[in-house]
Amino acid sequence: MWQALYEELADQNFVVIAVAMDSREGDALPWIEAAKPTYPTLIDREHRLAELYGVVNVPQAIWIDEGGRIVRPAEAAGAYEGFRKMNRATRELPADAAQLTSQAKTTYLNAVRDWVRRGPDSEHALPADRARAHLPALTEDMVTAQAMFRLGQYLLRHGEREEGERWLKEASRRHPDSWCIWRQGAGVNELGLAALPDFWERVEALGDRRYYATVDMKGMP
Amino acid sequence: MATILTETGEFEAPQAEVSGEALWLSAREAETATGWVARPEGLCKTETCVPLPPGREEEFVRGARVNIAALWRHLGQPIVHSDRGHLWLLASSAHDRAAALRSLEAPNFTLPDASGRPHSLTDYRGKKVFLVTWASW
Repeated sequence: MWQALYEELADQNFVVIAVAMDSREGDALPWIEAAKPTYPTLIDREHRLAELYGVVNVPQAIWIDEGGRIVRPAEAAGAYEGFRKMNRATRELPADAAQLTSQAKTTYLNAVRDWVRRGPDSEHALPADRARAHLPALTEDMVTAQAMFRLGQYLLRHGEREEGERWLKEASRRHPDSWCIWRQGAGVNELGLAALPDFWERVEALGDRRYYATVDMKGMP
Repeated sequence: MATILTETGEFEAPQAEVSGEALWLSAREAETATGWVARPEGLCKTETCVPLPPGREEEFVRGARVNIAALWRHLGQPIVHSDRGHLWLLASSAHDRAAALRSLEAPNFTLPDASGRPHSLTDYRGKKVFLVTWASW
């Protein structure tokens, strides 16, 4: 999704760093090999980005300026709720959902372009007080959950499957808003795509709550 | 004998003694893994010293050994361990993480690419970075 954007903007001192929140060995590799991105594509098995930036889902993006400052904290990166209205048999979206999904993506890409071109003058580059207001609210349960997640991953990598999975489930219980944690602990499934009955069930359990939290950006549905 | 996972990496502590919720490390192991050392003022790391609670010093320091788990709990920092105590994880508190983010300095990290080569965020200083998560699921 980002390759075209990267190619368009790479000569303007811009880089995409895509991080796979994938813990199972080899999960991310086939996708990387197929896509052959020319920007760095990293693998975050222990969910370090979740620990450091409060990432809970994919795709989420953080904008960082040339001096290493956070310009926009973790937020949904041009993704929208529309998929919830998908016809699961045909994978088609109704027209309104499709339009809003497209609007979200276009709005976000244009915002990145604007920031790359205009830097801090861009309306999308958050001044310090607004950036702080949008930082994730971190709780003890969330940081403990990330610790449990990392512990569980270590145990799994060292063949201690039963206990490892138990820690991943406990991590998810402590941090139910994290889809990243939940997905890694939801049990082994070779399908690879989020099209599973348990995923849809969990999405539906959100009720009126959003899957992707609202993004503070003009034009974003 | 214990493996300790921290902010900075993974450490083997062959001299570790585990007893329930206590994780006793040698002075050198404690310093290497966590940066904390026992001094007359208490337990110290770089510029910070934490005095030991009066009457409870032995919960934290005995001779040259440090119960790093007691320190972690005393500081309100998350600590988790495997069932049999062979693996411990010492994490940062929500307070410290939030304070770091409030500075708006993007926390550095080092992660491998598909061929195993490590990349740090600081490698890209001087460019605008669009850091985006994805997953194969």
